[in-house]
Amino acid sequence: MKKFMLDLVVKKNLTLNNQYSLLILTSQDKLPEMLPGQFVEVRVDNSPNTFLRRPISINYVDYKLNELWLLVQIVGEGTRKMCELNIGETLNLLLPLGNSFSLPEIKTSKLLLIGGGVGIAPLLFMGSYLKERGYKCSFLLGGRSADNLLQLSDFERYGEVFTTTEDGSHGEAGFVTQHSVLKLSNFDLIYTCGPTPMMKAVASYAQNNNIECEVSLENTMACGIGTCLCCVTDSVDGHVCVCTEGPVFNIKKLKWQI
Amino acid sequence: MADLNINVGKLKLKNPVMTASGTFGYGHEYSDFMDISRIGGIIVKGTTLRDRQGNQYPRMAETPSGMLNAVGLQNKGVEYFVKNIYPTLKDIDTNFIVNVSGSTIEDYVETAQMLNDLDHIPGIELNISCPNVKEGGMAFGTSCLSAAQVVRAVRMVYKNDLMVKLSPNVTDISEIALAVEAEGADSVSLINTVLGMAINAERRKPVLSTVTGGLSGPAVKPIALRMVWQVAKTVKIPVIGLGGIMNATDAIEFLLAGASAIQIGTANFIDPTVCEKVIDGINEYLDRHNYQSVSQIIGALEV
Repeated sequence: MKKFMLDLVVKKNLTLNNQYSLLILTSQDKLPEMLPGQFVEVRVDNSPNTFLRRPISINYVDYKLNELWLLVQIVGEGTRKMCELNIGETLNLLLPLGNSFSLPEIKTSKLLLIGGGVGIAPLLFMGSYLKERGYKCSFLLGGRSADNLLQLSDFERYGEVFTTTEDGSHGEAGFVTQHSVLKLSNFDLIYTCGPTPMMKAVASYAQNNNIECEVSLENTMACGIGTCLCCVTDSVDGHVCVCTEGPVFNIKKLKWQI
Repeated sequence: MADLNINVGKLKLKNPVMTASGTFGYGHEYSDFMDISRIGGIIVKGTTLRDRQGNQYPRMAETPSGMLNAVGLQNKGVEYFVKNIYPTLKDIDTNFIVNVSGSTIEDYVETAQMLNDLDHIPGIELNISCPNVKEGGMAFGTSCLSAAQVVRAVRMVYKNDLMVKLSPNVTDISEIALAVEAEGADSVSLINTVLGMAINAERRKPVLSTVTGGLSGPAVKPIALRMVWQVAKTVKIPVIGLGGIMNATDAIEFLLAGASAIQIGTANFIDPTVCEKVIDGINEYLDRHNYQSVSQIIGALEV
């Protein structure tokens, strides 16, 4: 897929809570095609501490409204500045980068999308993509507390939503891997994105139950296009760049100790 | 439109802008963003005799106005380059130069020999300054004796342009430059990254798997500029300047300090079209100051 460097305009910047914002970007030109699982590299200027671009998952693309959604969690100066952008300001992005989640071969496959924290971001886009193509999927979203569960009404448009919170303030208490839906249903394929310990627990569950599983990694990176070789992960093919060979990997390709 | 052509050692460049090794892949990674044949020279990723997996993740830390890397020369080896990469490069109208690294002098020699016969590789850049490998690399470039030994050995077998990339992690970089000039280097490029480190205080751990790494970006530019100026005054062979060049003004500063050409490295990670912006910016500067040729500003610093 051809990659672009574009100046996009902030159409909306919605503060979801004190940690997260939903940045809705648009352009006068038609946005290029993007796939779920892919990411963008955002340039945040005017500070020596935001020298490199920030890799951010594509949360959703609305081709009708010509909108690109980015779910941004404040983790440092770069993401904080992104959350403070005003309507009408422009943001320079490289996109679309990386590979994407794969589509199941069988239309009737039982699909579960498991997300935690800001890792839910690419799953919304994947959910909409699956629904458009006639697949049925469910979501299992986890967070520390109800505050960390975001975009639930958006997810509900594309499938049934199950939740867990560590403090029991929403859905079942505990971790995603302890949710009862995993015992009640036989899933054929799991897509997951979230904190590494969560993804490893999900990968371990999938492997033990013989379920296909794709994980989306978010290693620190500089270029986003496979030239700096900084974001590598250990795979069956040796060190590979998460930005070009990933960010989505089938767990069989990774050398995770699970 | 001023004349941007410049000869650097045995290389004939259409302009003085090159890309630094390890920051531009094999060129094709950038072809969605710009016409890479506009670039004077593309120095491809550090290549070694055998396949190298490089260092463990994490390999990168962002620092104020710069970044540390500890990639450790991950590459598939020179044989893979010759068989699989070279055929994809040879018809692109720019100078592809291969950065060569090794753990022993024999490694360097054997790798250089394999590149000697490639018609469309007009030169190599001998990397005696990589700070991120345990053996070889920077160890060769931090003493005059070992720098001279490796350049002498490679010069015996390599007939095309031999550029030698120098380390800033030395007391006197001019001495090393003189030593490699004496052994037949066609040019020197400087600087490679500056040895540094980053710490995560909350975890009481180093950020990089290797603890230390190489610092690049605008944070190192004043050091690079000073070293280019010192070396250009000392040696007769051309100097290629690099270190933190982000725009045309930075590039022009290096040319004024005495560099015959420049390399753009880390800036490629931030703006994948920076090379063409620098080429256009140099041209605009020359026109604005009524210079006919870029060669007129090389070493034109008035001290």
